[in-house]
Amino acid sequence: MSGHVVPVKIYVAIFLTLLALTGLTTGVAFVDLGAYNTVVALVIAVIKMLLVVLFFMHLRYVSNLTKVVVLAGFFWLAILMTFTLSDYFSRHWVDQPTGWGPSISAPPQP
Amino acid sequence: MAEMSASAAHAAEHERGLRHHFEDMEQQHEAGNLGMWVFLVTEIMFFGGLFAAYAIYRSLYLPGFEAGSRLLDVKLGATNTAVLIGSSLTMALAVHAAQTGKRKALVLFLILTMLLGAVFLGIKYDEYATKWHHGLVPGLKWAPDEEIPGNAPLGSVEMFFCFYFFMTGLHALHMIIGFGIMAVMAAWAWRGKFSPGYYAPIEVSGLYWHFVDIVWIFLFPLLYLIGGRY
Repeated sequence: MSGHVVPVKIYVAIFLTLLALTGLTTGVAFVDLGAYNTVVALVIAVIKMLLVVLFFMHLRYVSNLTKVVVLAGFFWLAILMTFTLSDYFSRHWVDQPTGWGPSISAPPQP
Repeated sequence: MAEMSASAAHAAEHERGLRHHFEDMEQQHEAGNLGMWVFLVTEIMFFGGLFAAYAIYRSLYLPGFEAGSRLLDVKLGATNTAVLIGSSLTMALAVHAAQTGKRKALVLFLILTMLLGAVFLGIKYDEYATKWHHGLVPGLKWAPDEEIPGNAPLGSVEMFFCFYFFMTGLHALHMIIGFGIMAVMAAWAWRGKFSPGYYAPIEVSGLYWHFVDIVWIFLFPLLYLIGGRY
């Protein structure tokens, strides 16, 4: 028989967890955690993604070959992010554009 | 005769939807599933480029990105997140109905998925209209009539809205395509094209729909939430 049949109960439980996490991430956005606001928002987003991928998209129940392909996809994304960001943040290819903003929004100083 | 019965069995397999080049239904099912995942991996890289660009420009124009984020309506963003998660549930239930051979439930859940997708696009349209009204559309109508939070440089806020419209626009385009796919699936399901042995189109369409949901799961915090709203 092809395909794993996931019980409806599990789907509903995942759905409710996703809703709760959406509420949590929205609430946390209004609390000052400094730099950790971004970290918390992204961690919650990754947890939500894992729940969708593993249960709604059945990744938990598919063959190891498919799992490896998906992992490779995320590995490639990590390469894209890491190398691109490390170049931009360490080589100073782009200057901080300090001049152009205020000159548009505020009248020139005498 | 042995040959006759072999070809009769062959014909029976075809009736169940098995193609020539697969050994059995299970192999066919796994191949289709794997192929869809390979496509989704290319989609991850497609959106990944935008997310990387977002990270770079956010670091360069942080005040503008925070100010722009605070000009978005977090209530509408959260509502749309809930709507999309709900559509993922109905999609998962549609696959379940296909697997258990419930034709009417399958059609119903596909239509529910389309309805929730339409609600999402409707709310998105309303948000776009508001941004247009307030002159917050770079290139087409850039003349903000709202106070910019934190007095951020206007040019950097414009940069944020470029990303906002490109990322949500590309996502909305995927939603519209998904809506069309679901319409075709609902029509096929209504005609009884699927059975517990053959429901691959429903399953791979579902994978696509969930992927689009995941993109939004990341867009929501990146665009709406991390702007220092406290």
